[in-house]
Amino acid sequence: MSEHEPDALNVAPGEPHDSMLSETVSYVVGLALALLLTGLSFWVASTGVLWGPGVATGLVVLAIAQMGIHLVFFLHITSGPDNTNNVLALAFGVLIVFLVMIGTIWIMAHMNANMMTDPALMNLQMQH
Amino acid sequence: MSAISETPAIGLTHGGSEDTGLGQRGPESKSIVVPYGFWLFVLSDMVLFSALFASYATLVYATDGGPTTNQLFDRNLVAIETIALLLSSFVCGLAVIMAKRKNMAWTQIWLLCTGLLGLVFIGIELFEFTKMIGEGAGPQRSAFLSAFFTLVGCHGAHVSAGLLWLGTMMAQIWAKGFRQDITRRLLCFSVFWHALDIIWVAIFTIVYLIGTLP
Repeated sequence: MSEHEPDALNVAPGEPHDSMLSETVSYVVGLALALLLTGLSFWVASTGVLWGPGVATGLVVLAIAQMGIHLVFFLHITSGPDNTNNVLALAFGVLIVFLVMIGTIWIMAHMNANMMTDPALMNLQMQH
Repeated sequence: MSAISETPAIGLTHGGSEDTGLGQRGPESKSIVVPYGFWLFVLSDMVLFSALFASYATLVYATDGGPTTNQLFDRNLVAIETIALLLSSFVCGLAVIMAKRKNMAWTQIWLLCTGLLGLVFIGIELFEFTKMIGEGAGPQRSAFLSAFFTLVGCHGAHVSAGLLWLGTMMAQIWAKGFRQDITRRLLCFSVFWHALDIIWVAIFTIVYLIGTLP
């Protein structure tokens, strides 16, 4: 890894910074933020003071935020020019992930709602 | 483009042209190309997990009269698992920092901590699985449980494979020292390990926390 030059055009994902202090600080900050978001997630899931139907959405938002923290502070994905290739690959991955998940959930929910009118038939199809 | 008589072009190089884009510089060094290729693998692994998440979300209510998410999951165990995996990811980063400074003792200590925390995670997960199967809530009980064991089990299999890789890396660093190719492998391992923690964030949120909402 020492062949990596400061003015390089590309940087590998997860590659440590050149300064040990800034590197360690990055990991400690990442750990602190991740712990904070994890604690917040568990608190949000257990508390009764929040509006019930919104809790699941809030948890998903917290999870996405924590994934961002991991990407930035642990995997060192930045917006810098030496990270363009990593970011583009990540963007494509995220696109496919969202297409697969949202597409599946959307289509299957509509299939359940529109295609099977008889509840007994629906039980037959979905409960096994 | 009258450069046919000049030196033969290799790869993307346009012989003789001034505006060559990336061609003239040639490919990046291995220390960039290898982790980048591994990054592409990790992202395709996330696509695989997205399919498992989608099937889980589709089948989560298909319990066939069997146990539901609220009856099965224990949040306290999940909290310990989450902390163990997060700390494991953190100390894995410290190991990479130390490996860059070629500090053998601290690299091995941090890698050992990474492995032990990973073992804590896998141990709790296996305990949870055997408990569920013992209660008759195994993967063949309902579509929901099939999806659950596939999703969480696939993540557990990744962590187990990662632990094997980790042991191999510790032995290789010990035997061969901080050679260029060895540190490259260690960097790939850290990317893999951080990615598993990212997937776990999605699992503990979608499967365990949303699954145990009142």
